[in-house]
Amino acid sequence: MSAVDKPIAGHVDDSHGDPNASYLEAKHGIGPWLYTLDHKRIGLMYLVMISLAFLAGGIFALLVRLELFTRGKTIIDAETYNKFFTLHGAIMVFLFIIPSIPAGLGNFFLPIMVGAKDVAFPRLNMWSFYIYLIGAVISLASIVIGSVDTGWTFYTPYSTTTATAVASMTFGVFVLGFSSILTGLNFIVTVHTMRGPGITWRRLPLFVWGMYSTALIQVLATPVLAITVALLMMERVFGLGIFNPKLGGDPVLFQHFFWFYSHPAVYIMIVPGMAIISEVLATFTRRPIVGYFAGAMSSLSLALLGFLVWGHHMFTAGMSEFSTMLFSALTFLVAIPSGVKVFNWTATLYKGEVWFTTPMLYALSFIFLFSIGGLTGLFLGTLSVDVHLHDTYFVVAHFHYVMMGGTVMGFLAGMFYWWPKMTGKLYNETPAKVGWFLVFVGFNVTFIAQFIMGSRGMPRRYYDYLPQFEPFHKASTIGSWILGLGLIIEAVTLLSSLKNGKKSPPNPWGSAGYEWQTATPPLLFNFKEIPVRTRGPYDYHLATPEDLYDGFPEGEPHGD
Amino acid sequence: MATETGHASAEHPEHQEHPHFLQHHFETPAQQYDASKLGMWVFIATEILMFGGLFVAYLIYHAQEPELFKLAHHALDKKLGALNTVVLLFSSLTAALAVRSAQLGKRNRTSAFLVVTLLCAAAFLVVKYFEYSHKIHAGLLPGRCFGHPGFANCIGDAGLATQPLAVSVQEHGMLLQLPTRANMFFALYFMMTGLHGVHVLVGMSLLTWVLIKNIKGHFSPEYFTHVDLSALYWHLVDLVWIYLFPLLYLVS
Repeated sequence: MSAVDKPIAGHVDDSHGDPNASYLEAKHGIGPWLYTLDHKRIGLMYLVMISLAFLAGGIFALLVRLELFTRGKTIIDAETYNKFFTLHGAIMVFLFIIPSIPAGLGNFFLPIMVGAKDVAFPRLNMWSFYIYLIGAVISLASIVIGSVDTGWTFYTPYSTTTATAVASMTFGVFVLGFSSILTGLNFIVTVHTMRGPGITWRRLPLFVWGMYSTALIQVLATPVLAITVALLMMERVFGLGIFNPKLGGDPVLFQHFFWFYSHPAVYIMIVPGMAIISEVLATFTRRPIVGYFAGAMSSLSLALLGFLVWGHHMFTAGMSEFSTMLFSALTFLVAIPSGVKVFNWTATLYKGEVWFTTPMLYALSFIFLFSIGGLTGLFLGTLSVDVHLHDTYFVVAHFHYVMMGGTVMGFLAGMFYWWPKMTGKLYNETPAKVGWFLVFVGFNVTFIAQFIMGSRGMPRRYYDYLPQFEPFHKASTIGSWILGLGLIIEAVTLLSSLKNGKKSPPNPWGSAGYEWQTATPPLLFNFKEIPVRTRGPYDYHLATPEDLYDGFPEGEPHGD
Repeated sequence: MATETGHASAEHPEHQEHPHFLQHHFETPAQQYDASKLGMWVFIATEILMFGGLFVAYLIYHAQEPELFKLAHHALDKKLGALNTVVLLFSSLTAALAVRSAQLGKRNRTSAFLVVTLLCAAAFLVVKYFEYSHKIHAGLLPGRCFGHPGFANCIGDAGLATQPLAVSVQEHGMLLQLPTRANMFFALYFMMTGLHGVHVLVGMSLLTWVLIKNIKGHFSPEYFTHVDLSALYWHLVDLVWIYLFPLLYLVS
């Protein structure tokens, strides 16, 4: 049955939209955007907000780095510095990186990839966006007006005693959590019940497998964060006592609860990045991903293992020796699925027709930087080493290699890869590649310096430091400028393409992926008719020349 | 709620096989029903994880001071707790019967069962109100308020500074002397039953909404998703209480 001639019920806003028009043109005006139920428009609105959050978090990162350029005071006093790193951490974690790929790109592409017209619960999807906005306003207002200075982790007892607006900040986090849960719930149900004809579990794109694994974590971990911050709020308002030793409570319990969410949250951040890399690599090597099913299962095992290793954040916080050993051993297990993924990707590159586009460069950076981030994680998972490295810049560098070297590279790869599909415009490759080069170099300069000074004992979050760390802090700050410049070039490249970019053909990369077999930009309900898939998304040997037609004249791929 | 009925504005005559309640992005009513049901199950999983945090806290602190928990639990009224357990269990039965009669298309019976379920929920809250006010009166609100009857000392630092070393409670005609550390038991009691109470209220709003829809005739044997899912949610509310009652009222 075709999508076009169905009565359109339930979609108040879209009911007058033209199903044969692209989702951008189906309805005009600002109103239809604000109350849209269309997963593509919601995804795009999420991307806008997420990019603004990334910009804000990035500015605070640059300010923190600038303050650390010289010893003592450079630009701001110590208390403002505390607020700035709290702002940087909280914005990047809660407002940017957690929703970035799932709520932005995932929302846009998951339904298209599973062959559905929308996610299972479009209305919840819209609410998820507005709940995100409300949570963002509450938490930002708390930090800016209420000057929260706890860092993004809100550790007790400091967070229960500091005279800042921790209660409203955590309420903001509570609200943001609901947004995340709703997105996850939607994805799980969509993948289970809305797959189109021919899309079996073994034909699901790896991006969908990644989103599905992420959604499982979102749904199972976030409620624990909700109750944790609820307890923290009660602790602050009524002095409840659950985390207060005076009243028989235990502040370490807060850390356990917090990391029971926040460690799985690390996989909410990195698994989507990995999911994008798999898509990009297959397209730009013209090969099926080697070990497709192992890759899919490794995403799921990361989701599972993520729940069992939270204790490794607390080796120095007071745990029994037995527990620390157990958590250390479990932590090493995470290396297995991560290793499976890296081997899948490198094996896919082997003998592939590698095409060095901007998204591909980001994907390759991801493999390189994520490997460094992952391997340094093993240092930290080792008990005897962690005691020395705990709370040093080594930890900071480690998680930035995973979060920024991993997830942000994945996010940028996805943005450039899908930009033509989302906007219908081609971006200019040359400045994009220049931007990539600066991002890659700037990132490594910033964080390699931090690895070195961390291994020499520079503690994280300190406002001041000893003279022997000065060269590393200087290098790191200069690196952050290069990185910032690169990101600005990328943003300008993408945004200017909206105005000046050439019109994109439906499949500019000549990919076999499902999402490229649709109109560009996609139609209001994604397809004229729900397609019947007879091959997997990476089966280049089964794809017809029509499937792979890039729409450019011979010898002129992507208008180069 | 997981699903929102379509507005059924565009009923094409040539597409009579397309039921009005089917939203545009689903292919079949069965797919829509499966999606809604799975959505509710996933949501219930998140609820259990949220309560899970409190259960873990209970487990840890009970393991640390079992004797204290045993002493403190005597301050709760077992009879009222048992009464509420029976009330909720019965309401779960009537919720299930409401689903059954909705499946059979018996609209009035569905309404009747929903009303009984709602009355039980209200009765539960009334009992809870009496329990709470007794505790608050005895100065058993946790934290800053602990040891101070009423809410007077709950905000500000005066409460903690002037906290008495022991709280005396009159319960079942016997006088209980509770040390300040017993605060933990009541912190957990109020957090757990309080969060559960919020869920009772949410459940009641859901059931009321479904009742109104049912009276307006939105449901049929082909389409009763809302009744089914709100009853499912109600069973969760019941289930959580089934664990709370022995953990809090029957400590041994």
